Amino acid sequence: MYRQAPRLLIRALTGGRRGAPAGRPFSTDVPAAPSEDAAFVEAWRKVAPNIDPPKTPLAFMKPRPPTPSSIPSKLTVNFVLPYQSEISNKEVDMVIVPATTGQMGVLPGHVSTIAELKPGVLSVHEGSEVTKYFVSSGFAFIHANSVTDIVAVEAVPVDHLDQSLVQKGLADFTQKLNSATTDLEKAEAQIGVDVHSALNAALSG
Amino acid sequence: MASTTAAVPFWRAAGMTYITYSNICASLVRGCLKDPHRSEAAAREKVHFAISKWANGKPEKPSIRSDLLEQ
Repeated sequence: MYRQAPRLLIRALTGGRRGAPAGRPFSTDVPAAPSEDAAFVEAWRKVAPNIDPPKTPLAFMKPRPPTPSSIPSKLTVNFVLPYQSEISNKEVDMVIVPATTGQMGVLPGHVSTIAELKPGVLSVHEGSEVTKYFVSSGFAFIHANSVTDIVAVEAVPVDHLDQSLVQKGLADFTQKLNSATTDLEKAEAQIGVDVHSALNAALSG
Repeated sequence: MASTTAAVPFWRAAGMTYITYSNICASLVRGCLKDPHRSEAAAREKVHFAISKWANGKPEKPSIRSDLLEQ
């Protein structure tokens, strides 16, 4: 069954395009839906020529921003928290985000990505200055036009963290993990251990 | 093709949703802050909501609850 997988997958993806469209097209290949239905507008004008035809939700949507043909030299970063906007439309050289798959460096021209963040350090590099934040969790959306939106629930500069509280927390949760019984307790203790280890690494790194 | 059991994170396997996980992470980080920032952050943990039970199509008197973040 698995031996046939690559052949069947390729057949599903490309074979469908040549013949009847059996495979689903990517969203970038489909032409944008027109914001007005010509037949409806015509019929409307016949019946009520003095009233403007109603707008459909598509008419209110802004078009997808164009992907520039050459890679821009700077990355535009937006970093928001629920209670304030940390960075808004700032042009920077590089951002390193703590994705669940590892530290990811984002440069201008990065491929569009949605990354879930794990507790870790987010660093914004502009020229020679680096600003570091410890992010509790969130998401990073990298768009094709080199705009990066980062959303997090809680983000603090690394020097706002208290080393002794972090180590105490780590010891507490490691002990809770060992003594946990139910699945939920284990999960909570594991989260505690993960977050405090990341905090520790941020303080020492 | 791999079978449809994608690897789930440990917290989802234990029955927790992403929002609960994210809020727990955030409150743990707030608990590790140095002192002046700690009190500012504590204000963010407060949750206020009003609950009213409905009976016979009418809401009964709402109870206003002002809780610290659960757990």
